[in-house]
Amino acid sequence: MVENNRWGNFFAHVVLILGVAIIVFPVYVAIIASTHPPGTFVRGVMPLWPGTHAWENYTTAITEGRSRAGTPPIGGMMWNSFVMAMAITIGKLSISILSAFAIVYFRFPFRIFFFWIIFLTLMLPVEVRIVPTFQVVADFGMLNSFAGLSIPLIASATATFLFRQFFMTVPEELMEAARVDGAGPMKFFKDILLPLSITNIAALFVIMFIYGWNQYLWPLLITTDPDYYTIVMGIQRMVTGGDSEPLWHLVMATVVLAALPPVLVILFMQRLFVKGLTETEK
Amino acid sequence: MATIHMDNLCKVYTGGVKAVSNVNLDIADGEMIVLVGPSGCGKSTLLRMVAGLETITDGTLKIGERVVNKLEPAERDIAMVFQNYALYPHMTVFNNLAYGLKNRGFKKAEIDRRVREAATMLEIAQFLDRKPRQLSGGQRQRVAMGRALVREPAAFLFDEPLSNLDAKLRVQMRVEIRQLQRRLRTTSLYVTHDQLEAMTMADRLVVLNGGVIEQVGTPMDLYSRPETTFVAGFIGSPAMNMLPADFMREKVEADGLAHVPSKADLIGIRPEDFSTDQPGEGDLQLSGQLLLLEPAGAESHLHMRFEGFDRNVVVRLGQVPDVAEGQEMTFSIKRSALHPFDLESGQRVA
Repeated sequence: MVENNRWGNFFAHVVLILGVAIIVFPVYVAIIASTHPPGTFVRGVMPLWPGTHAWENYTTAITEGRSRAGTPPIGGMMWNSFVMAMAITIGKLSISILSAFAIVYFRFPFRIFFFWIIFLTLMLPVEVRIVPTFQVVADFGMLNSFAGLSIPLIASATATFLFRQFFMTVPEELMEAARVDGAGPMKFFKDILLPLSITNIAALFVIMFIYGWNQYLWPLLITTDPDYYTIVMGIQRMVTGGDSEPLWHLVMATVVLAALPPVLVILFMQRLFVKGLTETEK
Repeated sequence: MATIHMDNLCKVYTGGVKAVSNVNLDIADGEMIVLVGPSGCGKSTLLRMVAGLETITDGTLKIGERVVNKLEPAERDIAMVFQNYALYPHMTVFNNLAYGLKNRGFKKAEIDRRVREAATMLEIAQFLDRKPRQLSGGQRQRVAMGRALVREPAAFLFDEPLSNLDAKLRVQMRVEIRQLQRRLRTTSLYVTHDQLEAMTMADRLVVLNGGVIEQVGTPMDLYSRPETTFVAGFIGSPAMNMLPADFMREKVEADGLAHVPSKADLIGIRPEDFSTDQPGEGDLQLSGQLLLLEPAGAESHLHMRFEGFDRNVVVRLGQVPDVAEGQEMTFSIKRSALHPFDLESGQRVA
């Protein structure tokens, strides 16, 4: 038991506040920086109070980007990132929940073998298989397409594994009751397993969405057409593009915009999450 | 409503474990059969074979006139009540009851009528909009019953439905299930390990041990004339005392055991067949030392030690006797109360 010690409490709060400050400060700086006019940063002094150019900077970033230096407007890239992240997330969730369903509830030859094969791929991150994957995607003619951006990243051992673990905790009697009630396997999946998994789906949705949104190396490799650039690539192009000094105010506006969707997803999903957690019952 | 006919039913699990062997049983229409036995005796497996949740390795199972060996549970026209209720946690009580009917394509009005009827019968009508987790154990139990009831099936299958309830509720639900079954006259197969539950609910009792039927009969038949030592020990509480026949022959006068066949080497005596009354004509007499007295209100259990027999013998009396522990006591036993068994085969010999 932790005793309710005044000094202990005080100390704990100091540590927590310090920790939060260390993490929040750079974010704060990024937000502040995105509200100042172009020249501010060249002087080398970092202002800590909001500037007056917020509206101007953000509209420039969203609608123009640095078009002359080869970086398309942020708006389009945001959309690309969103489509890619959603495709990856929904793809991962549907494929992994179905494979977990198959592995847990059906007896077929080499079931355990397939499970371990899926499990083994956990050890192979995108970067390891990136060259052969690129070759395959190129041969299918999927370079510069949403399919190419998302399909190779859809397979997910992690989610399959988590769903399997969850399904194993669902009492077997539920399945038997459903069988007696005349529900076939897919009906059982749709009517009972899916509603029970909703919290797991929400949690994985958040994780997978952020994973998809933050993809950098893969989009960088397979997109040469600015129409398919994603926002994370865009940040990098913003910094290095062109011969002039980086336009820090635009870079920072881009960074803030890029960070926004994952934050929104977490905020939105968290409600479902908590609701689900407090309402489920085993 | 239907008969259930089991012909040589066998269940062998992969790996060769024989869970149920050669079960033959005919269940009449409207009969309540209770399968009872210790854990691992195959009673649940047998029930699940009838339900269609376990495959049948060998033999024939008929429900009504149909052979149902290969049919899916849903096609067998049975309804099952599970031990942990297996209610769908995300559905309201109404939907829990209606799910099976919806899957069978019943009309909405018909579903509504049947659900409300069952809910009224089980007194859960006011909970129809709740989720299972908002209900108490007893209410969940009723919902589980309701789910079986709405289907109006040919047979009810109960898999230890009361074992998750507290003692008081268990007695109450036991009575309700029995009354409901009598009223609906639906053929029922009921699994329990609780011999009291089994005795009180069954039209006929099936005692299983090691996957084999030991004895089938009405509860009182099994109580008054157990055919094997296993049934003798299983039915009745406290369990029947098993005394070696040699010991008994030494202890009582020669003609006291005259009616017991000589090949009997075990004599069973129920704790309640010991009496402190004056012995009548031809009664046996046994005296021993009182080791421990357990008063239990309406009755008391006496743990006795008889000289020449190294185990405790339990005696049940209808009152608390006025004796101290350590004291000598003499009991009389009616001759008809002796149950002679053959030790090796475990079979009754007379």
